[in-house]
Amino acid sequence: MRIPLSWLRENAQVPAGAVAEDVMADLVRVGLEEEDVHRPLDSLTGPIVVGQVLTREEEPQKNGKVINWCTVRVVPEGQSQTLTGDGIEPSGVQGIICGAHNFVVGDKVAVTLPGAVLPGDFKITPRKTYGHVSAGMLASQSELGLGEGHEGIIVFSDLGLDPEVGQDALPLLGFTDEAAEINVTPDRGYCFSIRGVAREYALATGTEFSDPAARVQVSAPTQEEIEVLLQDDAPIRGSEGCDRFVTRTVTGIDPDAQTPAWMAERLRLAGMRPISLPVDVSNYVMWELGQPLHFYDRDKVQGPIVVRRAAAGEKLTTLDGKERTLNTEDLLITDATGPIGLAGIMGGEATEVSGATSTILIESAHFDAVSMGRTKRRHKLPSEASKRNERGVDWEIADKAAQRAVDLLVQLAGGTDRGTGSDVGTRPAPVVVQLPHGYASARVGVEYTREQELSSLRGVGCEVQEGAEADAVTVPSWRPDMHIADDLTEEIARLVGYELIPSTLPVAPPGRGLTGSQRARRRVLDALAAAGLTEVLAYPFVSQAQNALYGTPVQGTEVKAVHLANPISAEFGWLRTSLLPGLLEIARRNHSRGFRDTALFEGGVVFHPREQLGSTSLPRGGARPSEAELQELNAGVPDQPWHLAAVLMGKASDGALGQPARAWDWADALDAARLVSDAVGVELTVEQGQHQAFHPGRAARLLAGGRPVGWAGELHPDQLAAGDLPERTVAAELNVVELLAAAPEALIAASISTFPPATQDVALLVDAAVPASEVLGALREGAGELLEQVELFDDYRGAGIQDGKKSLAFALRFRAEDRTLTAEEATAAREAAVAVAAQRVGATARG
Amino acid sequence: MSTPPSVPDASHGVPHPTDQEAVDAVVQAALAAFAAAADLEELKAARLAHLGEKAPLTLANRGIGALEPQDKALAGKTLGGAKGRINKALAARTEVLEAEHAARRLVEETVDVTAAPRRTTLGARHPLSRLTERVSDVFVGMGWEIAEGPEVESEWFNFDALNFDEDHPAREMQDTFFVDPPQAHLVLRTHTSPVQVRSMLDRDVPMYVLCPGRTFRTDELDATHTPVFHQFEGLAVDQGLTMADLKGTLEHFARQMFGPEAKIRLRPSYFPFTEPSAELDIWHPGAKGGPAWIEWGGCGMIHPNVLRSGGIDPEIYSGFAFGMGVERTLMFRNDVPDMHDMIEGDVRFSQHFGMEI
Repeated sequence: MRIPLSWLRENAQVPAGAVAEDVMADLVRVGLEEEDVHRPLDSLTGPIVVGQVLTREEEPQKNGKVINWCTVRVVPEGQSQTLTGDGIEPSGVQGIICGAHNFVVGDKVAVTLPGAVLPGDFKITPRKTYGHVSAGMLASQSELGLGEGHEGIIVFSDLGLDPEVGQDALPLLGFTDEAAEINVTPDRGYCFSIRGVAREYALATGTEFSDPAARVQVSAPTQEEIEVLLQDDAPIRGSEGCDRFVTRTVTGIDPDAQTPAWMAERLRLAGMRPISLPVDVSNYVMWELGQPLHFYDRDKVQGPIVVRRAAAGEKLTTLDGKERTLNTEDLLITDATGPIGLAGIMGGEATEVSGATSTILIESAHFDAVSMGRTKRRHKLPSEASKRNERGVDWEIADKAAQRAVDLLVQLAGGTDRGTGSDVGTRPAPVVVQLPHGYASARVGVEYTREQELSSLRGVGCEVQEGAEADAVTVPSWRPDMHIADDLTEEIARLVGYELIPSTLPVAPPGRGLTGSQRARRRVLDALAAAGLTEVLAYPFVSQAQNALYGTPVQGTEVKAVHLANPISAEFGWLRTSLLPGLLEIARRNHSRGFRDTALFEGGVVFHPREQLGSTSLPRGGARPSEAELQELNAGVPDQPWHLAAVLMGKASDGALGQPARAWDWADALDAARLVSDAVGVELTVEQGQHQAFHPGRAARLLAGGRPVGWAGELHPDQLAAGDLPERTVAAELNVVELLAAAPEALIAASISTFPPATQDVALLVDAAVPASEVLGALREGAGELLEQVELFDDYRGAGIQDGKKSLAFALRFRAEDRTLTAEEATAAREAAVAVAAQRVGATARG
Repeated sequence: MSTPPSVPDASHGVPHPTDQEAVDAVVQAALAAFAAAADLEELKAARLAHLGEKAPLTLANRGIGALEPQDKALAGKTLGGAKGRINKALAARTEVLEAEHAARRLVEETVDVTAAPRRTTLGARHPLSRLTERVSDVFVGMGWEIAEGPEVESEWFNFDALNFDEDHPAREMQDTFFVDPPQAHLVLRTHTSPVQVRSMLDRDVPMYVLCPGRTFRTDELDATHTPVFHQFEGLAVDQGLTMADLKGTLEHFARQMFGPEAKIRLRPSYFPFTEPSAELDIWHPGAKGGPAWIEWGGCGMIHPNVLRSGGIDPEIYSGFAFGMGVERTLMFRNDVPDMHDMIEGDVRFSQHFGMEI
């Protein structure tokens, strides 16, 4: 909301020297946030003065243009020039070339003299052109940054002005004024008016407020112009769509009447484009009093006016020329012909005021805010009118705003108040709030005096009936946001000042620290970062194809995913079921920026819809739902387990002094997964697996506690090629929630044997298809309790080994808790291990 | 390197075991050879020449057996003394050469430590994650608990329970991501406040919880907006809590994050879920363009309707809540000029911060 300072000054005591910044600093204290300053003068440097055209000679040019060579007096006749500088004529008469033709000799015009600087850092200097020295410029509105005025230069008589020659032109053009722009929160619709802001300014500064509404003398119409009927058959949430409808009639509108400069300037500073006198008057009144008005061409309205809900399928062509199909919730203004306006939002084209309108019918109505909001959203028609109507307008202001419009039309458009109109509707019951003594103090932590409480409440317009234990506070008609004692508390707190609130630090009861799951997730993330991987955070939006590929190991299986109704991009309109698509996209981005060797990871949730998606109806807010209702709500919220994924591409380490380069490979992906499981104290079981996104021979299915928890391995070469990623890129993904489910509640300490170990190696011949993990499992089981550790250290195929077989070599380490093992004991344990391996996977010991 | 002395043959240079003079000569020859040995290799050769199987003294020793019994003692004494002197000299020289060798090896093993390759490198945490953890730690230190909730959330928790009327503009499609179909009343949570409501429903009063997490609005990504962002939200419900308690908590927190000089200010504002409401500004002495108040977040006393939604009686208890954006905090705390840097996942952004922010 932009507040021209001159306008504010009419209604509040703004100190003479105050600028927009000062006003905003005062307003921010009471909750009107500073946004911007609009000061047209900032982009202009004078001298820009009133000049009178003495001579004007038309000089046709070779290029077909006709220019005017003019002499212009810029100091009063008989006086000499006091300005000095290059191009300033001491005589006070400047020679100036002008390309515009909308002036005659004798006209008073705006002259920018040499030395002036116009918007866009346009410096005015004397220059040789068309065979003359042109020392200055006759300025147009747009050259001065006044927006798109009419073509041609400024001629003061067009603005109804006859200033003295030599006078500073800037104040005449509104350049002494400036606007403070403030942000108005949704609860304070009344501040979308000079009236509301002036009241706040007075409260913020402790000065007098002069209510512009109080200055309007309403001369109530004595006769009905058109019958008005309020017929809402389907109120929304129990509220009548319209509870006050005021009409007035002004006849004899002069079609040639122009908007006066002062009004145009204020509107421009307020951010509105001057259009025509009637439109400007209606905007002016709205800005001043906060009441949106609508003007009809009286002669096009065929009474009676009925305010009602739309019928199904009904249509209306609005002012913007669009035909709109109406909804049965839309509130309409209708006449005998049907809809003539979308109430409070936009008028209809058929009854629009035009240049030929001689009689204006003014509508000033009070509409239901909810109804207005819905219609605005439905038809996507945000406007200055809808902005005010959907926040709630002062019921009491309607007749005063109508009168103000009548007065302005009479004054500026040569109109006459016909004295006809209407004022129908029902005043709503006043809202009375009980405010217990001490309530505000107890909430805010400041001991407010009675005087502070009463003056704050009365200052905002409340009527206060003091009581023994509580005050009965009647809230003002322009404050539909105030309902409860807490609302009144805020008024007291903000007007006395938030800066007076002291600081006290409340003490929470003894806490438990982070939960186990929170600690575990931090450990996992720190472990991967410590291992050299870089954490990134991807958006969770993916395509259906990405979910179909990464969300299930088996191609063609349906992946249930959450689809957004209004995604940013239609293609990426689904929520991820795997972290990999997002990570791979980030990997690709880094790769394209020259980071070819990159190890990334992300921890975050994925989304799996449950059988029930959402809830068809919601409980009302403001009360605890029943257990059944809560269950119903929660049953519809998708499952959102926390996953951890890593992508490794390129080299793990560069070749350097004394060490060869090493590329990331499938085993590194497994290692990343194992780091995660180690960090949370869970043992991972690795199985040879098949996943459509992974290399068919290099994918590991990961299990914990017998349940699948994720995948690791080399990504499928086709996917890598399609995704512009380097060959051999590897990845891992774990469902950390499932992983944690397998973690022990608390670890039982293992005993530490101090006896020496006995080590034995064994080479086993098995079918090439047998996974090493199975052989390891068999060895572990067979070796029994003495086995401390077993590791695969060789996988040999080729010469000396039968086709289809492989030789796996294992190092076994035995240790007893209570004695030094003999070689015989160790050998016996090894043979027992081999025996189980022979039985399970057909292994035979070599050599 | 000097030529190793040739192995004396049996017929030449072998002293008679009792010929003290000849034996002395052999000893002197050995001592000279040891002294001449420049390194352990040469010393080994000299040792073999003078103490080995074919050395004059060894050969002379073998000749003792053939001597007359009366000469045997003298011969033994002569040869034994000689061998002792040689061994002593050998040991001394060995010690010197070994010391030299060790010293030389250390010199030879000199490397250019400035050219050391990096074999293991530290990765990095994302600054947004670390900042969230730091914020959590400050509140855990105050005895608060960390609460979490779903990112796809029922509208009831995201709006209704928070005193957002069904006609509140925030429920418009242009701000909120709705799950398809909209009749399912599921949204991507627009703030972390639904976790407040879940906390109230799940926990006992007094409760002091911080709810950090990822949130969503339908903004296009630009230098200062992102459709996916992070917030942390505080909630305290107890008997007799006031705005002064809110201010004190925020002041303490601001000092933990920005140093003991940090200042905050509250300005009147509006949120549906708090009454009275305030904007929270923080004094930023290092702001670009000079010291300034920077808008940091929103806060206020929990609206009675929100307490009621959480099953808490506002006649008995009161509470305060506050919420800030993690991205915004990082932007002005660590001078990150552009939101894209936080979003795109360029490794340089995280790696610059490493493990701490």
